[in-house]
Amino acid sequence: MQATTWSVPKKNTALDISRELSTTTFSMLVAQLASFINREGVVFTMHRAINKTRQLAGFLQRFQSTLVVAEHNNDKLTPITLSAITAANKLGGEVSCLVAGTDCAKVVAELSKVLGVNKVLVAQHDAFKGALPEELTPIILATQQQFKFTHICAGASAFGKNLLPRVAAKLDVAPISDIIEIQSPDTFVRTIYAGNALSTVKCNESVKVFTVRGTAFEPAASEGGSATSEDVASSSAVGVSEWLEQNLSKSDRPELAGAKVVVSGGRGLKSGENFQLLYDLAETMNAAVGASRAAVDAGYVPNDMQVGQTGKIVAPELYIAVGISGAIQHLAGMKDSKTIVAINKDPEAPIFLVSDFGLVADLFKAVPEMTAALRK
Amino acid sequence: MSGRVLVGVKRVIDYAVKIRVKPDHSGVVTEGVKHSMNPFCEIAVEEAVKMKEKKLIKEVVAVSCGPQQVQETIRTALAMGADRGIHVEVSAKEYESLGPLQVSKILAALAKKEEAQLIILGKQAIDGDCNQTGQMTAALLDWPQGTFASEVTLEAGHVKVVREIDGGLETIKINTPAVLTADLRLNTPRYATLPNIMKAKKKKIANVKPADLGVELASKLQVLRVDEPPQREAGVKVESVDDLVGKLKEAGRI
Repeated sequence: MQATTWSVPKKNTALDISRELSTTTFSMLVAQLASFINREGVVFTMHRAINKTRQLAGFLQRFQSTLVVAEHNNDKLTPITLSAITAANKLGGEVSCLVAGTDCAKVVAELSKVLGVNKVLVAQHDAFKGALPEELTPIILATQQQFKFTHICAGASAFGKNLLPRVAAKLDVAPISDIIEIQSPDTFVRTIYAGNALSTVKCNESVKVFTVRGTAFEPAASEGGSATSEDVASSSAVGVSEWLEQNLSKSDRPELAGAKVVVSGGRGLKSGENFQLLYDLAETMNAAVGASRAAVDAGYVPNDMQVGQTGKIVAPELYIAVGISGAIQHLAGMKDSKTIVAINKDPEAPIFLVSDFGLVADLFKAVPEMTAALRK
Repeated sequence: MSGRVLVGVKRVIDYAVKIRVKPDHSGVVTEGVKHSMNPFCEIAVEEAVKMKEKKLIKEVVAVSCGPQQVQETIRTALAMGADRGIHVEVSAKEYESLGPLQVSKILAALAKKEEAQLIILGKQAIDGDCNQTGQMTAALLDWPQGTFASEVTLEAGHVKVVREIDGGLETIKINTPAVLTADLRLNTPRYATLPNIMKAKKKKIANVKPADLGVELASKLQVLRVDEPPQREAGVKVESVDDLVGKLKEAGRI
């Protein structure tokens, strides 16, 4: 029987080899060989073989080129884009970023400094208001037509999930969602069945279109890069859809998906007012506040706070689950957290099977106590 | 509006089942495991049936792709109020590699054939967790898409859709014909009553082959292996809040 624990074999792909063996190493190797072996024929053959390998490796590296579709609000880049850039850099080759919007200057300036970005492509047009996929898809297709990328990716956020499958269908390729690992330029790992299985997929499409799980890739450094920027041809508006308005939840707390500490509440909180207990606790640790589906469905908190298979995926350093039983669908969204704490009065709650520290207690007593202890 | 709505429904392993990975790492065990309609598809069916009850549309057609067993899923949709079903028959073997690209091609072909005004799907299937089919179907038809919908208002010539996005909600207005994908908050699906289940047995399910629709099933995605995720090490129970805070400080988490 094979062990059930899962590890990824470190493979040396042609790509890695090409990166490791720089041109200088090759010439040194050839020079050394030449001095050792005087029979010209042998040297010639070896020389040719090495040259061929070098050409092939160089070709492979040049051959990869990735387009990252940047997510932004015309003012700031969304953090998940930085994770997508890290993923793109793992493929080797050039990384370009497309900024499409109504007002791109700030984001282009921000992106030009991100480490690992070679080129920023800018598409500014009023039609890109609200980042509607009907409008963005043609510009991505036009960009693809021009630059012939081998990979097109974005973060697996509501934006990326909405847009990239539309692009893929137009290119007649099967996309890959929410990847957590890149094994080689055509082999990816993603989770299926609410994170209860890992699927390793080989993609034989001419263009690989995929979304990236933000928590699985470190964000790229926002300083140190020096990308060039260039405008790409803007298409005219398609006009089959129109963005009307948005209602964003206002919060002083850090953003859920990127927070180092997350405090989440479930049905056990019993009401929306009681969530204040969690906000107080979160305050002491500069934590974001999340929720289970039960808490969202009961109307305690808005849906954008939901953590789980169909909500947000988080992987903070510390996740504190309060009054959450730990259904499969909730675990899918948080079980990659470094440390999990569960506070629940039911000792049989499945959340205790994944928690590092479990406290069987009444949350209405334990949470204020903890807040007081941390305020000290 | 007097149009027709196509609703895609998928048969998946029941959401409450703890899945098992096959020892040969080729997939997960599906034989003898409880299956039911994908929860997001139930929401899609409910929304379509509600539209019909409000007399905004005239017919609801439930579609499912897969082997013989998917007919049960179509029956469930019929019992919830869909008018008729279409079973796109795919052999069990072909079904293993059937992905969103192929399904969206099938749905797009059916939408044209049936002259549908609207396609409603779930936002994702809880087995593959792809969240792609609706978006791809819209692309193939060149229709607009209203994904992750939590509120849908059908008006003449367009649909107003409130969508669940990362920071909250947004409202868009899209022309019809259109593709919508349902989020959890769109509605609460009804239970099929026994009389409706009996009635559903009389409703028609047409049988179609992908080839009849001109859809090629070959896939360029190849699943190399399926593994169990890494197991977490067993944790400890602490006795008090002080103990918990102490442990977290020790671990450097706070």
